[in-house]
Amino acid sequence: MKRFKRHGHESQRDRLKHELFQFTKTVEHGFPHQPSALGYSPSLQLMAIGTRSGAIKLYGAPGVEFMGLHDENAAVTQVFFMPHQVELVTLLDDNSLHMWTLRGHKGLSELLEIGRFMLTGPPGAPPSVTRVTAVLAHSSGELLLLGTEGGHVFVVEVPGFREMEERNISLDQVTSCVPDDYVGRRNLEHVEALQENPVNSNQVVIGYGRGLMVVWDLERHCAIRHIPATQQLESMWWTEDGGSILSSHSDGSYCSWSLTGEDDGEEEEKSDIPYGNFPCKAITKIVQLPTAAGPPFLLFSGGMPRASYGDRHCVTVIHSKTQVAFDFTSRIIDFFVVTDGPDHTGEPSALVVLVEEELVVIDLQTEGWPVIETPYLVPLHSSAITCSHHVSAIPLKLWERIAAAGSLQNTHYSKKPWPITGGQNLAPDPPQRDLLLTGHEDGTVRFWDASGVCLSPLYKLSTAPVFHADADPNDNMSQSAEGEWPPFRKVGCFDPYSDDPRLGIQKIHLCKYSGYLTVAGTAGQVLMLELNDEAAEQTVEAKVMDLLQGQEGFRWKGHTQLDVREEPVMFPPGFQPFTVVQCQPPAVVTALALHSEWKLVAFGTSHGFGIFDYLQKNKVLIKCTLNPSDQLAMEGPLSRVKSIKKSLRQSFRRIRRSRVSLRKHHISNNTKIQEANARLEAELAEMELAPVQRKIEARSSDDSFTGLVRTLYFADTFLSDSSHNTPSLWAGTNGGGVFAYILSVPPVERRADEPVTAQPAKEIQLMHRAPVVGIVALDGHGVPLPEPLETAHDLARSPEMHGSHHLLVVSEEQFKVFTLPKVSSKTKLKLTAVDGSRVRRVGVAWFVSSKAEDYSEVGLVFLTNQGDVQVLSLPHIKMQVRYPCIRREDVSGIASCVFTKQGQGFYLMSPSEFERFSVSARCLVEPRCLLEAPLHPVSPSQRRPQTEEASSTNSNARDTEDAESAARHVMEHALLNDEKVLQEIQKSLEGDQTSFTENNVKSAVA
Amino acid sequence: MNRSQRVASSRTLSSVEVKSKFGAEFRRFSLDRSKPGRFDEFYGLLQHVHRIPNVELLVAYADVHGDLLPINNDDNYLRAVKSASPLLRLFLQRKEEADYSTFGTDSLTRKKNTVLSAVLLRPDPNKKKPPVIISLPKDFRPVSSIIDVDILPETHRRVRLYKHGQEKPLGFYIRDGSSVRVTPQGLEKVPGIFISRLVPGGLAESTGLLAVNDEVLEVNGIEVAGKSLDQVTDMMIANSHNLIITVKPANQRNNIVRGGVASGSSGRSSDSGASYHGYSAHAAAASGPTHIIQNFPVGELESDEDDEDLVIEVGGEAEGVGRSASDHSVPSLPRYEPHLNLRSAGSSGSAFSANANGSLRGSSGSLNNANTSSATPSPDRAKERRSLEEEGTVITL
Repeated sequence: MKRFKRHGHESQRDRLKHELFQFTKTVEHGFPHQPSALGYSPSLQLMAIGTRSGAIKLYGAPGVEFMGLHDENAAVTQVFFMPHQVELVTLLDDNSLHMWTLRGHKGLSELLEIGRFMLTGPPGAPPSVTRVTAVLAHSSGELLLLGTEGGHVFVVEVPGFREMEERNISLDQVTSCVPDDYVGRRNLEHVEALQENPVNSNQVVIGYGRGLMVVWDLERHCAIRHIPATQQLESMWWTEDGGSILSSHSDGSYCSWSLTGEDDGEEEEKSDIPYGNFPCKAITKIVQLPTAAGPPFLLFSGGMPRASYGDRHCVTVIHSKTQVAFDFTSRIIDFFVVTDGPDHTGEPSALVVLVEEELVVIDLQTEGWPVIETPYLVPLHSSAITCSHHVSAIPLKLWERIAAAGSLQNTHYSKKPWPITGGQNLAPDPPQRDLLLTGHEDGTVRFWDASGVCLSPLYKLSTAPVFHADADPNDNMSQSAEGEWPPFRKVGCFDPYSDDPRLGIQKIHLCKYSGYLTVAGTAGQVLMLELNDEAAEQTVEAKVMDLLQGQEGFRWKGHTQLDVREEPVMFPPGFQPFTVVQCQPPAVVTALALHSEWKLVAFGTSHGFGIFDYLQKNKVLIKCTLNPSDQLAMEGPLSRVKSIKKSLRQSFRRIRRSRVSLRKHHISNNTKIQEANARLEAELAEMELAPVQRKIEARSSDDSFTGLVRTLYFADTFLSDSSHNTPSLWAGTNGGGVFAYILSVPPVERRADEPVTAQPAKEIQLMHRAPVVGIVALDGHGVPLPEPLETAHDLARSPEMHGSHHLLVVSEEQFKVFTLPKVSSKTKLKLTAVDGSRVRRVGVAWFVSSKAEDYSEVGLVFLTNQGDVQVLSLPHIKMQVRYPCIRREDVSGIASCVFTKQGQGFYLMSPSEFERFSVSARCLVEPRCLLEAPLHPVSPSQRRPQTEEASSTNSNARDTEDAESAARHVMEHALLNDEKVLQEIQKSLEGDQTSFTENNVKSAVA
Repeated sequence: MNRSQRVASSRTLSSVEVKSKFGAEFRRFSLDRSKPGRFDEFYGLLQHVHRIPNVELLVAYADVHGDLLPINNDDNYLRAVKSASPLLRLFLQRKEEADYSTFGTDSLTRKKNTVLSAVLLRPDPNKKKPPVIISLPKDFRPVSSIIDVDILPETHRRVRLYKHGQEKPLGFYIRDGSSVRVTPQGLEKVPGIFISRLVPGGLAESTGLLAVNDEVLEVNGIEVAGKSLDQVTDMMIANSHNLIITVKPANQRNNIVRGGVASGSSGRSSDSGASYHGYSAHAAAASGPTHIIQNFPVGELESDEDDEDLVIEVGGEAEGVGRSASDHSVPSLPRYEPHLNLRSAGSSGSAFSANANGSLRGSSGSLNNANTSSATPSPDRAKERRSLEEEGTVITL
C-alpha cells in the first residue's frame, strides 16, 4: 500500500516537473558565424544566409526567422530561391544540392528539407565533370541549370531532381560552333556564371571561366550568340530589358555587350576599368538596375587598385554622377538590391550587403545613401564580448530613459523602414521588458532589448572617456578628404581591434529600480554610473584601494592601472560615471555586487575583495585573500598562458583563411586544397594523439589562485544571532573559502554622515576546497532573499524573516545548505564526486507551471562543464531535471552562459551569436511566423500542387494558432571550432601543474 | 603454505587462546572467536586480568609473521583475533615507558618482514643502527586497502587510498586509452581510462596496489565508462580525501584467487619484485572475508568524511562543522580514532552537529592552530614520515 502511495506521489511530482520544466533552444540572436552564401527572393521578400557550418537561415520582416541545418557538415556555397515559389536550393561544398521549403504546420511555417541531389556524370568521368560551379534556378520554377567545372551545363528538373540528359548542354556542343579565331577556344574552362534573359525565359547565357559567353536557346537547343571576351570572367548580368549583358572580369574591368544587333554581330558596347590605370583586383559581381527616370544604378563589388587598396572590401554604387565605394569592415560574401514596386521591378530602394562579420543595408533612395539600422543580425561582436548580464522585467520608466538615451546615439541612420518585409510575425508581444547587457573588449557596454525574438540594440555606453587611453580616438581614417579617389565611405560597425585591452569589461551589475550601474574591468577598475537624461560635464573621482593591505613580498608583474582623467569630461545623456575605484594591484575584477539600497558596491580580484560606499565615497572594507605563497596570482591576467593561446588561435585563423582563399579558386587549385587540408588534418591528428595525461591530486591550500574571489553577495539575514537580522556581505573564493562580514549601515536619515562599517563574522573553509561560484541566502520559507529595493517595489517579494534562514553555498563540486546564524551543514548534494561534472554557471529562477499560472516554484539553474543545464529544487537541493545544452568542447560557450529569472538563458554559440534557450515550460521566447506562398505571376496551371497545399494549410490552420507551439527544429552548429583543439594543446603545453588552476581561472575570468 | 593451512584449520576453533604478558607476568585466558567484542571492552578485560586497573597500556600482539603489531582500536583488535593461530600472544607495556621502536614498521612498506621482526622482537642495539623511528601507535592509520574482494571479479581490484590527513600526494596520472572487451559479438575495442604514471614517493606508488597501465573501471563505486578523461579526473579529485578506485591491473599475475585453500603463493611464486601484490593478496586471503573486506555502497561513502568544513567564528574560535578541529592534529582516519584518545576531549566539546554521523566534535584549538594544522601538517611529523620512508627503502634493500 505504502509502495503504491509512494509511486503515486512520484508520478504526481513527475507530472508537475513536466508542467514546470521543458528544454528548448528557441532562437539564435546576433550574426551567423562565418556566413558563406546569400540569397534573396523578391517575391517572398525573404533573405537567406548559408554558413560554413551548413546552417541555412531565412529572415524576413523583423521577428520572422527560419533556421535549418544540413546533415552534412559542409559549407553552404550558394543559395537560390526558386523564382516565385517557397522553395530554395542550396549548394554545399561537398557538391550536393538540397531543396528546402517553407511548409505550414499548425498555423506556423517551418523550414524543411525536402530533397537532396548529387550530380552523377557519365561512368568513368573525372569528378570535375560534375563539380557544380554555377547554378541557375530557372524562372519556370521547374528547372535547375547546373554549370560544372568541366564546362558542361546539366539540366535538372525540380523538385524531384530528375536529370534531363537530353537537354544537357555539353562542352562539345558549345565548342563546335565557337569561332575559330577565338583565342580561348581550346579550353573554355569551367562554367563561371549562368544568367537567364529577363524577357525571354528560353534564353540563357553561359559564361565560361576563360571569358567566352554563349547565349543558348533552351527550346531549340542551340547557341544563338557568342560573346568572345578574353579576360577571365567573374560574373555576368543580363539587363532588365534583355538588351545587353554586362560581364565583369578578373582584371577589374567590366564590359557591356549589346544584343540588339544582328546575329553574332556582337559588339563591345562599352568597356571600363573603373579604378583603372594601375592593375586592379577582380570585380566579383556586377548588377545594373534601371530607374524610371534617369540613368540606371550600377553596382559592383571589388575592382580596387591592387597595390594601394587591394585590402579594402568595397561595393561601388554608381548612379548618375554620384559614385561611392562603400568600404566594409570585412570580406564581402555577396550583395543584392531590393527594388520597389508590386512586381519588384521598380526603383532600387536598398542595397543589402553581407560581409563576413555583419549585414549592412544602405538606403539608395535617400540623399547621401545612409545606412538603415538592422533590426536583426546585429553584430554582437563588433568588439569581442567579454561578459554579459541579464536583467528581467525592467520598469517602464527606466526602459524609456535608456531607450531615449539610445535614440540620441542613432541619429545617423536612415529613417526608412526595414526593406525586407516577408512573412508575418505571429509571436505574442513579450510579457515584460528584458535587458541583456554585454561588456566588450573595447570598454563599451551594450544594452540589448532581449524581450522578444529580435535582439535589438537599445543603448551603448563607453567607459573609455573616463581614462587616458593609449590611442587617440580620433586617429582613425574617418577623414575622407574631398575628391579622394576611389570615393571611399566606411560603413559597418565591426571593429575587433581594441585600443587598450585594459579597458575590457569583466563584470556588470545594474539595479533596475534605482538606475545605478556598476561596471568592472580588466585593470581592476570599478565604475559607478548613474542614469542622467541630460548631458553633463563632470570630473570622475578616482579612489585607489590596495587589496594587498601592505603585505610584503609581492610584486605585481601584470599591466599597470588605467590613468583616470583628472579634468572634467563631457558625458552624453545616459549612464554617466561619477566614481571609479581602482584596485591595487590592478588585476582583473572577478566578482562584483551592488546594493543600491545600502549604496554599497563590493568587488573582488585574485588578491582580495573590498566594499566601497558610493554615497560617501569611502572605503568600507578591504580584505586580502591572497595566499602568501601564491606568486602566480601576481603574474597578471595569465599573460603567458594567454599569449600561447592567442598565437595558436591566430595561426589557426591563418590556416583557415588560406583554405578559404584557396577554395575560392577551386578550379585549378583543387589538388592544392586537398594537400592543404591533408596537411592540416595531419597536424591536428598529431596534436590530438599526443598523450594527454591528467594529474590526480587533492586540492591544497597552497594551490595557486586559491584567494581569487569568485562570488560576492549582499544579504540581509541572521548572521550574529537568530533574533536580529543584519546587513551582511558574503564572499566566496577559488579555494573553497567563504568570508562573511556584518555590515552596520546607518539609517537613511544619517546615512550620508555616519560611516558604514564591516565586522568579520564568519569564515567557512569547505573541506573539498573547490571554487565557490555562488552564495544565496534563503528566507524562512526557503525562498532566496529578494534583490535590493525589490521589496520596496513589490511587497509580494518581502522575505520571510520569521523562521530560520539558510545559506546555500554552491561550489564547483557540491551544493551545500548551512543553517544560520550558527553555520552548520544541513544538506548537501555532491555533483562532481558522482558524475564528474562541475558547476560553471549558476542562477536562481522562478518556474511557473504551464498548466496553472498561479503555481510556481523557485529553483537553482546551473550549467556544468559538460554543457548540461540542470535544475535543483530549493531549499531541498534535489535534482529535478537535466538537459544537454552545449557541447562540452565549447568552453567559451559554456563560460558565456547567463540565466534569466524566468528560467531562460543565453550563451554564445559563436563569437557573434547568442543562442537563447529555455528550461521553463511556460516562459519561451521563440519565433512564430507564417509565410504565405506568393501568387504566381505565370499562368495558374503552372503552379505546382504543393504550393497550393501549403498555402491552404496555412489559411486553414490559422485558427489554431493558439495550439501548442510546434516542436521546433532544434539545431546546433555542428561546427568544430578550434576551441577544443586549442584546449588540448594548451593543456599539454602547460604541463600538468597549471592546467587545473588555469581552467579554474579561465572560468573565473570569463 | 603451511601458514595459510594453519590459519584455515584454526578457524574451526570457536575460541581463541590468549597469552598476555605484562612485564614479567603472564596471563592466559580465552576469547570467543565469533564474538570478540570491542576493543575498549577488551582493553578493560586486560586491565582486569592483570589487575592494573588504572595503568595506561600499550597493547601489542605477535602476528602470524612474528611481527609485533599494536592493538589500539576495534579494527586491529578484530584482526588480531582473526589471525590468532591459534594462540594470540599479547605484549603489554605501560604507556609512559613504552618503547615504540619495538613495533614492526608499517607492514606495507616492509618486505623481508621475518628477518626484521626477529630483530625487533629481540632488540639488539648492536645490530640495529640507526634505530628505526616509528610513530606512536595512535598515529598509525591506514594508507590503503584492497576492498570488496568478495564481490569483485578476480581480474579486478578495488583499492582505497586514504589521503586524509597526510601531506603525501596521491601521486598518479591518468590517460585515455583503449581496452578490449569480450562481448557476445566477439572482441570489441572500447575507450578506457588508464593509469599513466606514478609519482615516486606518492601515496599511489607507496601502496604498491596500483601500477602504470592499470585500467580504471570505477571511481568510488561509479563506473567511468562513457566518461571523458577530464570528467574522471574531476571525479577523482572530488573524492580525493577517500578515493576508491577499481582497476583492472595490467599485471594479472598477482590477482587474488578466491575459493581455493591456499592462495597467496600464486602471486609470489615468480619474482620477488611483485611481493607487494603478493603481500596484499596474502593479507586479504588470510584475514578472511568479514572485516577488512568491506562492501562500499555509495551511501556509506557519502557519509564518510565530508562535513569537515571549517567554520571560524569571529572570536577566533575554530571548529569543524562536522568534526573536531583537533582531528587534523591527529592525522588518523576519523573512523578509527574516536575509540581511544579523543573520547574524553570530544565529549567536552560544545555540541553535536546535526549530521555528524555520530562523530564527535571538539572545540579545541585556537584559530591559528586549527588553520595551520588543517592546512599543513606539522613539519616535524612530515620530516618524521619522510625519514620513515627512507628507512623503509633502506630496509627493503
